[in-house]
Amino acid sequence: MVNLSVTIGPLKLKNPVMTASGTFGYGEEYAEYIDLNRLGAIVVKGLSITPRDGNPTPRVVETPAGMLNAIGLQNIGVRSFIREKLPFLRQFDTPVIANFFGDTVDEYVRAAVELSSAEGVHALEMNISCPNKQEGWIVFGTNPTAMAEVVGEVRKATNLPLIVKLTPNVADIGCMAKVAQDAGADALSVINTITGMVIDIRKRKPVLANNTGGLSGPAIRPIAVRMVWETCKAVGIPVIGMGGIMNARDAMEFLIAGARSVAVGTANFVDPVAAIAVIDGIEAFLAEEGIPDINNIIGSLKLNGL
Amino acid sequence: MPRVFTAEIAGNAFLPEKDPVSAEMLSQNAQFKLLTLKPLSEITAPEPGQFYMIQAGTANDPLLKRPFSVYGLQHDCLGFLYRIRGKGTLSLSQLREGDTLQVVGPLGNSYPVPSGDFIAVAGGIGIASLLPFMNKYKKRAYLFYGAMKRDELVMLEEARELSKEAFFTTDDGSYGQKDLITDALRSFLSASQIAHQALRIYACGPAPMLKALSVITNAGGIVCYASLEEHMACGIGACLGCMVKVKIQKPEDRDKNKEWEYKRVCKEGPIFSLEDIKW
Repeated sequence: MVNLSVTIGPLKLKNPVMTASGTFGYGEEYAEYIDLNRLGAIVVKGLSITPRDGNPTPRVVETPAGMLNAIGLQNIGVRSFIREKLPFLRQFDTPVIANFFGDTVDEYVRAAVELSSAEGVHALEMNISCPNKQEGWIVFGTNPTAMAEVVGEVRKATNLPLIVKLTPNVADIGCMAKVAQDAGADALSVINTITGMVIDIRKRKPVLANNTGGLSGPAIRPIAVRMVWETCKAVGIPVIGMGGIMNARDAMEFLIAGARSVAVGTANFVDPVAAIAVIDGIEAFLAEEGIPDINNIIGSLKLNGL
Repeated sequence: MPRVFTAEIAGNAFLPEKDPVSAEMLSQNAQFKLLTLKPLSEITAPEPGQFYMIQAGTANDPLLKRPFSVYGLQHDCLGFLYRIRGKGTLSLSQLREGDTLQVVGPLGNSYPVPSGDFIAVAGGIGIASLLPFMNKYKKRAYLFYGAMKRDELVMLEEARELSKEAFFTTDDGSYGQKDLITDALRSFLSASQIAHQALRIYACGPAPMLKALSVITNAGGIVCYASLEEHMACGIGACLGCMVKVKIQKPEDRDKNKEWEYKRVCKEGPIFSLEDIKW
């Protein structure tokens, strides 16, 4: 019997496989296909203090071994989530991690406060890849000062484990990781999508209504693995690795690079049962390698000497 | 209840024997294809208008499954009539008999049950979603089926066979009337002795056709159920990629500035009341 349980700060997970925010709805969409009890954690679609309609269509376009999305953070809002979606999720023996965002520091704090008092939310994940609409549209996650402020304020507002989801659209992710850690993050999710663009060459127009979107899927995996490795070198807090994980082999790369757990994202769109296959595959791999505890392989990367 | 299952590409169980033109159109090198999938586990029977997400390649490229409305269920095989449009359909068309694919479905809602006769309006490959419906309610459809030219009117004979009366149009006049299908429908409605307001319309076709159709149905107060298309990543309601603007009907549901809301084509659709769509 292989031990698959891991801890993310104060959060104990039965296995290291979560669902990436925005790819798993509010959980119920997948309940017809998989047993939600089996997941390490469910990370729900990003929530804001007030509901959002999101962007016009087209919102998604496929790219080589990936996809670009510009959903525009459509969501039902924190309160409707707590009232309408959370009771369903409470039935399952799986921690719920609420992903949230805001346009201002105040909106982040208000969302965090409301989610923290809801029964059945076990941790918070902050999406900081949004611009601060009050302070000249600086993206929180790409500016160390803006990031330190928003993470620090949310830290003061919640006692739940606080995960900060880092954007890869920066020059030095290790530096940003340290800022988040120093501002009070308990863990880091690495990485969010990479900004991209697809152009319709006949129309000379971007395919997405929003012009740009976030690239995800296997196309970004090597970048994500590298950034997880860099982040793990830079900080001491746990890292949740994500970016193009399609199967257990992909997940193992992140764990070996140092991630304490992983999140399956775009693969949920491709195959609704993908996350379960990743869990089963990790267990099979460890058994095959004769490793009794997953924690023995986390961060076991042996670098090549130069 | 939708399921995730593996299916094997089987020999064609849906070939139109009585329609040599369509058989030719579906032959090896043509742009229209009839895919026959033999599920390797138990499946739920689909209703006309529902769709499946079908794996389109064997590696990670194309990555996403593609949505296809179901054409038929026969001898435990699912049939899908499609046209090669882009990377996904091209890749799918290159797979061979015996290859296996992952499939999710049946998904979405289905065409509402007709009361008596009805009108079916098909634009191009939109016929694929309407044929199983017309097959279920044989000889009850006044069919209006339009395409660019004759060799894009696939399954023409079968469509004619299943209809009470069939009208065809092509943009270039190579078959039927040289007209837009919506104009042919308009003429029919104005000349017809039938109390057409009692006739419901079932439609599937490109957005410009549906938009033109909505002008006719809104003016005539005719109920129309239209099957919509939108880019989708998952097909199961999670990605929120395939949104359509739907009018908010009840005044109490409507806040001051909001006359519409986004609905998911994959989950609340693909069939919507045409009058509810905000173009």
